Amino acid sequence: MIDFLLGPVEMISGDPFGFLWIFVMGVVITLSCGLVGAFLVLRKNALLGDAISHAILPGIAVAFLITGSRGTWGMMVGALVAGLLTTLFIDLICRKTRIKEDSAIGIVFSFFFAVGVILVSLFAGNVDLDLDCVLYGEIDFLALAPLIEIGERETLPIPVAMASVVLVIVILTIGFLYKELLVTSFDPTFSGTIGISPTVAHYLLVVILSLTVVSAFESVGAILVVAMLILPGSTAYLFCDRLSRLLLSIVPISILSSGLGVYIAVLFDCSTGGAMVVAAFLLFLLAWVFNPGRGLIAQWRHKTKGIQSFPEFSDGMAE
Amino acid sequence: MTYRIVFSLFFGIILFTLPSEAARIGEVVDTNLWEQIVRFFSFRDRAVVMALIGSLLIGLNCGLLGCFMVVRRLSMIGDTIGHAVLPGVCLGYLFAGTRAPLPIFVGAILAGVTASYLLTAITSTTRIPKDAAMGIVLSSFFGLGIVLLTYIQRQPGGNKSGLDKFLFGQSAAVSMQDLYLMGAVTLFVLASLWFFHKEMLCFSFDSNYASTIGIPTGLVNVLQMTCLSFAIVVGIQAVGVVLVSAMLITPAATAYLVRERLPQMLRVSAILGMMAGAFGTFCSFLSTGLPTGPFIVVFATLIFIPTYLFAPRHGVLRKWWRNRSLQLRTARENTLKAIFHVFEKEGFVTEQVGLLELAQQRRQSEEEVMKSIKELEGSGFATVSGEQLVLTPSGYQRACEIVRNHRLWELYLVNNVDIAADHVHDNAEQIEHVLNHEMIHALEKELDFPETDPHGKPIPGWDDLKRGSSTDSLKPEGLGLASLYKRPFQGEDS
Repeated sequence: MIDFLLGPVEMISGDPFGFLWIFVMGVVITLSCGLVGAFLVLRKNALLGDAISHAILPGIAVAFLITGSRGTWGMMVGALVAGLLTTLFIDLICRKTRIKEDSAIGIVFSFFFAVGVILVSLFAGNVDLDLDCVLYGEIDFLALAPLIEIGERETLPIPVAMASVVLVIVILTIGFLYKELLVTSFDPTFSGTIGISPTVAHYLLVVILSLTVVSAFESVGAILVVAMLILPGSTAYLFCDRLSRLLLSIVPISILSSGLGVYIAVLFDCSTGGAMVVAAFLLFLLAWVFNPGRGLIAQWRHKTKGIQSFPEFSDGMAE
Repeated sequence: MTYRIVFSLFFGIILFTLPSEAARIGEVVDTNLWEQIVRFFSFRDRAVVMALIGSLLIGLNCGLLGCFMVVRRLSMIGDTIGHAVLPGVCLGYLFAGTRAPLPIFVGAILAGVTASYLLTAITSTTRIPKDAAMGIVLSSFFGLGIVLLTYIQRQPGGNKSGLDKFLFGQSAAVSMQDLYLMGAVTLFVLASLWFFHKEMLCFSFDSNYASTIGIPTGLVNVLQMTCLSFAIVVGIQAVGVVLVSAMLITPAATAYLVRERLPQMLRVSAILGMMAGAFGTFCSFLSTGLPTGPFIVVFATLIFIPTYLFAPRHGVLRKWWRNRSLQLRTARENTLKAIFHVFEKEGFVTEQVGLLELAQQRRQSEEEVMKSIKELEGSGFATVSGEQLVLTPSGYQRACEIVRNHRLWELYLVNNVDIAADHVHDNAEQIEHVLNHEMIHALEKELDFPETDPHGKPIPGWDDLKRGSSTDSLKPEGLGLASLYKRPFQGEDS
């Protein structure tokens, strides 16, 4: 048993560099997804994350077909266009007809995803993109990725570099527009009265969401990105009452889930992306059950002791 | 009636396929497009027929159940359960060692049930919003499924498990056993809808009301969710776990745009679902390696788009057109009203209105007034000669009606709603265009056939309206209104 559990440690220490890059990549994408996703969770827009992560597939596929390569810029533009179109179509359907937002999301994203799958399966021979990439991502093959040189001797895999650039963009956007994002997330009506347009904030969020999703897409696939978006923010939301602390606590969560994910992947010889999601889910379960203030155990103890001063769940948060 | 048709269709299908043995489309080497099309439509191959029947059954199930989800605003439940069954599928495979339908079905159902309980647990014990909870369950279960799937595929022999077909669907891989399972599920769904039709309808639209009249809402919900999980689990055969939600949502949402009553909506949605299923099967048959699910979804969306634009009542273009004609009518009526006001100012001595007077009345430039007058002339309400404008009889009648509506409504607001007389104008300004004959009659009765509005101005009576409609009313002495509105309306022949 102990041999089985220690097996991964030996394997990882046998090739520390390969696994280090996988781990770093995991941290970077979980962090950027988690930061953006935290806002989605707070704004009750989590399913928009689900929708966009599926819907960028045709954007990426068309970009592949046009440029003929996995050019970063083409992919970014394709994903951005697809993401914005998805949001626009969802708005068009649920504002102009009596169809509600949830159905509108379902219609639009599944159509986009279906078109994407058809494009990929029709032209799978022409481009270096297949359905496995959509599902599992290629974080396992990071060692094969081309490298860029930094300074004299250091090298950096290109996907890691790209994901880091996106992370910097995400951090800068949130840093500069912190107040605006905060106020539009918690009180859209009030933010309208003080001159911060909730619609503009919404579309801005969609833009950085699309960028983040496309940077994570290659590594973990279209569907597991949803977990990266929603799980860290939700886990933090279980025990944080301030937006700043919530965002900060996503850092340790993403480091833990990536590390644990790499370990699980080696242990069971399975997809690393999937393993990272499972790890993030385990963290969520831990926080849910054992959180001292509001966890399941705390709730149960409050109930059995009959204590009346059980902390209230509030929808909003103060800053 | 519909149910009878559906039932007989269903049994026909079952009898038709009963004696056949399982065959795989994949065994037949495809040649060219045209031959494939001929092969499909000649229904020679058992495999083609089976794939088609499978897709039809799935389209039927999902189309029917999707209506309830769309109406209950639970559309994304389908997506959540659809993704969440993947680990169950893998565990079922691991348990049985083959891709036999029954263990996979049981595993998938267990995973789906676990997922829905987890969803309820998260939303009821934390402050995480419902949509985020759905996202958590959906993606975590899917992640677990991917871990299991890659684990299976890296085992010896696991590569041929065919489990990846569950991701995007391959209706060509439908076996006879699958078909029996689908048939059983379809029977279950149809029977539930048949026997508990009223309960489901009432519960879906107004669950509070349903519980007050004694419907066990908890049980109905469990039944609906059970049907849904069954339909999703067999549905992933054809469309795959990712796209099964589209089978639920898109046909039902399309039906929601064209039908007002749930039974009719169910009918339309079921037909659309079956059409999409048949089309998807056909497309994926045209070439090897094409997944079925995406084509089904694309076809369903291609039906949705024109419905979204052109549906008679809820279509966007139709709505736009209705709004626009209402706007045009309102503008015309406002011009007519202004003309009436000019007449009134001058004591109804002339039948002509000068352009300048009208411009002053409406506080508009002469160009603007000219434009609206052209509109009036185009609709046959007025004739223009030079700088002067004369109302036609129908124009005069309409003008009286509008002013009458306006003043009656003002009086009603002051007398019966207790709104101050100087606050009623704006509201009347809007409602005057939409009041119809019955409402005017009712208002008159309610107000006891008034003659003046709260501002002391006369309300045009029915005689003035009748006057407008006959040509001999246009006498040289003018339209002498004052003599006529003394007598209230007393019936058509008065």
